[in-house]
Amino acid sequence: MINLNPKLYDNNIELKPIRDGFGEGLLLAGDYDKDVVALCADLKESTRVEEFAKKFPERFVEVGVAEQNLAVVASGLASMGKIPFAVSYAIFSPGRNWEQIRTAICYNNTNVKIVGSHAGLNVGADGGSHQMLEDIALARVIPRMIVVVPCDALEAKKATLALVDIICPAYLRLAREKSPVVTSVTTPFEIGRAEIFRESKRAQAVIIACGLMVHRAMMASKKLAKEGIEVTVINNHTIKPLDGKTILAEVEKTGAVVVAEEHQKAGGLGSAVAEFLAQNYPVPMEFIGVDDKFGESGGSAELLEHFGLGVDDIIEAVKKVIDRK
Amino acid sequence: MLLTDSKLQFLNDKARDIRRSIIEMLTEAKSGHTAGALGMADIFTALYFGILNHNPKKPDWAERDRLVLSNGHICPVLYSAMAHSGYFPLEELKTLRRYGSRLQGHSHREWLPGVETSSGPLGEGLGQAVGMALADKMDRGRVSQRFFYCLMSDGELQEGSTWEAVMLAGKVCPHNLIAIVDRNNIQIDGVTEDIMPLEPLAQKFRAFNWHVIEIDGHNFEDIFSAVGQAKSVFNRPSVIIAHTTPGKGVPAIEGRYEWHGKAPTEKEGKQAIKDLNKND
Repeated sequence: MINLNPKLYDNNIELKPIRDGFGEGLLLAGDYDKDVVALCADLKESTRVEEFAKKFPERFVEVGVAEQNLAVVASGLASMGKIPFAVSYAIFSPGRNWEQIRTAICYNNTNVKIVGSHAGLNVGADGGSHQMLEDIALARVIPRMIVVVPCDALEAKKATLALVDIICPAYLRLAREKSPVVTSVTTPFEIGRAEIFRESKRAQAVIIACGLMVHRAMMASKKLAKEGIEVTVINNHTIKPLDGKTILAEVEKTGAVVVAEEHQKAGGLGSAVAEFLAQNYPVPMEFIGVDDKFGESGGSAELLEHFGLGVDDIIEAVKKVIDRK
Repeated sequence: MLLTDSKLQFLNDKARDIRRSIIEMLTEAKSGHTAGALGMADIFTALYFGILNHNPKKPDWAERDRLVLSNGHICPVLYSAMAHSGYFPLEELKTLRRYGSRLQGHSHREWLPGVETSSGPLGEGLGQAVGMALADKMDRGRVSQRFFYCLMSDGELQEGSTWEAVMLAGKVCPHNLIAIVDRNNIQIDGVTEDIMPLEPLAQKFRAFNWHVIEIDGHNFEDIFSAVGQAKSVFNRPSVIIAHTTPGKGVPAIEGRYEWHGKAPTEKEGKQAIKDLNKND
């Protein structure tokens, strides 16, 4: 069994923003490879680029509030052999600068890592304007783009380091709010390989989740087990390339799937899984995500409940999907 | 005089050859952008046959100057200058825009060695050139002898993203960044000053901390002297605003915005070649 945080199901589980893990990973990446550079569009403190900028000022580029330029300048740096991490909020990058990412980075095939922080409903009080719920869709539809959504701060740190060694455009999605640290230092992480976080020979369904919904999926699985319903939980941190092999193996055993993500139901992880299963092994599926709506102001937890992304919503979806088998 | 008579003759001959190839390839392709490509033929000639430190036999030579073509639609002039300077056989020019051709409708770096970026959508070249110059500054500092040229249209100065890059370059001041703006006053729908006025253009660049040089983009003396001056400016990026005539060399096309995005018919192509040969 995989080694996760031993306090995973405890009430006092450590909470840490996923963006913090990225900041720590970036700092390590700067030491790990001298070609790593970071760019930011006037958000270096909140996106956690600040420590890198302090330690490697000669490798940090502040472009100002100009996300289109953020993407194209990063592309130019990459074409000279640098490994740029172009960092902003997801709403602005890949939101504002999608075409620059498509053409100057992906079509041009330059080794740029787009890092979109403050994604999802958990931004909370800032409201719907800043709650990016479409970025996974925007990123994964572009050819060549790798899309990674870490489930906690530790995984974000590992993902940041792993991206340095992958010569390819990539999108790394981060969240602002503190969220439970699901994994441990020794939890394996490999881009493109989904990890089974909970399994049972008696599993009746598979929950496939990413980002901070992984913890919620784990909590749902524990509650379900108390009711005698066993499920498998997959942490699908890499949306693209999708680990079809792992998904298929688990879906074949159970014949029912629930996907959970802090994103529109359309176009994100759920769609990626549905596209794959429709072609390979069609089974009943339920989708936990935002249902074609914009966000609004509120606390992170209450918004997740309001939009149907709560633990109980996952439990209901599991029961429903099992009934549909 | 900066250029000897024989050098000048050589450049004029090359520019005419490049223009002929542009007409031939566009006529064959039956689509593409004629006016801007012809208008920039003299500047591309000066670059590929005098200014650029490059090696057509080793397109990935690390020490080369970088030429970023931002307005990728004028790629017939890029392809033509590259072929005439030895990057690939002249016959290949006639494959422009065809299925399987290395000469994509808008130049792409992975299809054709020697092309530095993949362009198309406007307003993205300058930022890439700034990024390249920044990487060079990180690695080599202010003594670097590699130069970064960004060839741009005037129309794409209407893109907000262009000014984001202008602003950043004015801040980080790469000494070896040289933008060349094709100030031909036309764009798809008409004359730039009717569609969206750009003037006072030189003042705008100056206000963003750029060194500005204005030249006649068909005068080789002007072109070489401006690049020489730009190279000697050590504390700021430079922009050469090159006043050109779109369609230069072919009377039926000269100055007409309708020729921004169309190719000559066979008949028009033949006449254009005749017109170009008259100057032999």
